[in-house]
Amino acid sequence: MKKVFGRPKSLTKDPFTYCPGCHHGIAHRLVAEVLDEFGIREKTIGISPVGCAVFTYAFFDCDMICAAHGRAPSVATGMKRSKPDSIVFTYQGDGDLAAIGMGEIVHTANRGESITVIFINNAIYGMTGGQMAPTTLVGQVTQTSPYGRDPKTMGYPIKVAEMLSTLKGVAYISRVALSKPAYVLKAKKAIRKAFQSQIEGKGFSLVEILSTCPTNWGLSPIEASKWLEENMIPYYPLGEFKTPEEVS
Amino acid sequence: MGEKILMKGNEAIGEAAIRAGCHFYFGYPITPQSELAAYMSKKLPKIKNAVFIQAESEIVAINMVYGAAATGVRTMTSSSSTGISLKQEGISFIACAELPCVIVNMQRGGPGLGSIQPGQADYFQATKGGGHGDYHLIVLAPSSVQELVDLTMDAFDLADKYTNPAMILGDGLIGQMMESVEFKERKKIDLPDKKGWILTGCKGRKKHCIVPFNMDPYEMEKVNFKIQEKYNKLKEREVRYEAVNLDNADLIIVAYGTVARIAKTVIQNAKSEGINIGLIRPITLFPFPESIIAEASKKVNKFLVVEMSLGQMVEDVKLAVNGKAEINFYGRVGGVVPTQSEILNEIKKYLK
Repeated sequence: MKKVFGRPKSLTKDPFTYCPGCHHGIAHRLVAEVLDEFGIREKTIGISPVGCAVFTYAFFDCDMICAAHGRAPSVATGMKRSKPDSIVFTYQGDGDLAAIGMGEIVHTANRGESITVIFINNAIYGMTGGQMAPTTLVGQVTQTSPYGRDPKTMGYPIKVAEMLSTLKGVAYISRVALSKPAYVLKAKKAIRKAFQSQIEGKGFSLVEILSTCPTNWGLSPIEASKWLEENMIPYYPLGEFKTPEEVS
Repeated sequence: MGEKILMKGNEAIGEAAIRAGCHFYFGYPITPQSELAAYMSKKLPKIKNAVFIQAESEIVAINMVYGAAATGVRTMTSSSSTGISLKQEGISFIACAELPCVIVNMQRGGPGLGSIQPGQADYFQATKGGGHGDYHLIVLAPSSVQELVDLTMDAFDLADKYTNPAMILGDGLIGQMMESVEFKERKKIDLPDKKGWILTGCKGRKKHCIVPFNMDPYEMEKVNFKIQEKYNKLKEREVRYEAVNLDNADLIIVAYGTVARIAKTVIQNAKSEGINIGLIRPITLFPFPESIIAEASKKVNKFLVVEMSLGQMVEDVKLAVNGKAEINFYGRVGGVVPTQSEILNEIKKYLK
């Protein structure tokens, strides 16, 4: 019998610690499959964030380092500039990247650092128990927006993919989702293109992945996927926002 | 090598770092040390594979240092006082991860935005942690531009030897002044191999992880104990100081950096008035030279600690003396530099 699916080599055997229905598991697997397919596991260095994905360092079977909250793009810059032949990626949530780390991500993208950023946007702070994130939707109830996000006092949700794609140093930016198989396949293609643009030395690449957080949204995994498709995708459209012509 | 060059302090640090093999500098402009970043921006692009980045903040710069240090290269950042405050979280991460690097603080008046003139009010921040958690920086306090050169090069060696961040604690005056320096031939020292932990891609080996964190408090405690062992070794082996005229002194000044230079003039002028003053000048602020101070306090019972602060190093002097002698303090702050005559007048008060 031919084996058609298995754990990617780029993942360790450690069982994931994520909640049932959390899309981190799928995102990890897709990144690992891409590292396997390009054969780059042994020259990859990953940077784990602060947030639920802090444990990423245990799940990827490549050199890993934990960064302070929001600082992963800067740590990645120091590493990639020191070891330009390595493949460097960060894996960050919406608080890490778009709140405390907003300055870092903008300037790292602006400098066109040849790193790949996997940005998990689940419109909430997961690890700390469901507080409002920069990407929380208007009216969305969270622990620190208990009456719903009010744009008058809390501002509007930030569209990171669109915003960063205005910067010239950016080679590839796209937004994907993982709420159904068709989207998962497209997400994998996007992650491939992102890593490919790093391999080809094209500049900064980022894939924004709309993901569920069933636990903090107070929904079942299936309800959460539905909520994402009905509420997040209309505000955060899927698609490619910047591509270098040559990344095929 | 061997020739004397007239150099500005801040630039001398840069040249020393480059000659020590530091090819990765990440910094941000701030008075009074911007000349160091400017020097590195001119020199590093001319060296193969060397990197200069003017980061978008001091926080970013220390995190770039963390990343580069994790790949095993010699790397440095610099700032002054308020910018060093920004780096504290990053420094705590680097110390916990047991990575080597050099951080330069050319102190200015504080607190807050303070002033742009020299200060020494970051002593607590430098020697007692600064960032959260139980860790220490190796802290070196130069008193001349030549010492800026020598101690910068020593800092890289010490950082590598103990896999711990090291700080050059200077001030705006030393950074700005120009003195002649010599880049002397240095003795090669044995340094531990980095291959067991650096992040370079896991080809041919198991993956390496640098994780300054543990969910199990008993494991985190072990991490803390391991780091502390290094500090015990530092205290045994790496203490440095200069002692001037301790025998038969009527009073001993304890001072470091710029203030120690002024104290040397005080000693000369006091001598011409028949007053015998000694000086203990700590060169390592961590590990602190407790023993020489304790020894001196057995024979001399009056000390005057002089700092450009409201009294920070004086606490360590008091701890070392442990009640055996009278410890007095004189300080100027906010960027004010004390004059030798005001220090001498202060000393005379205690010798009545």
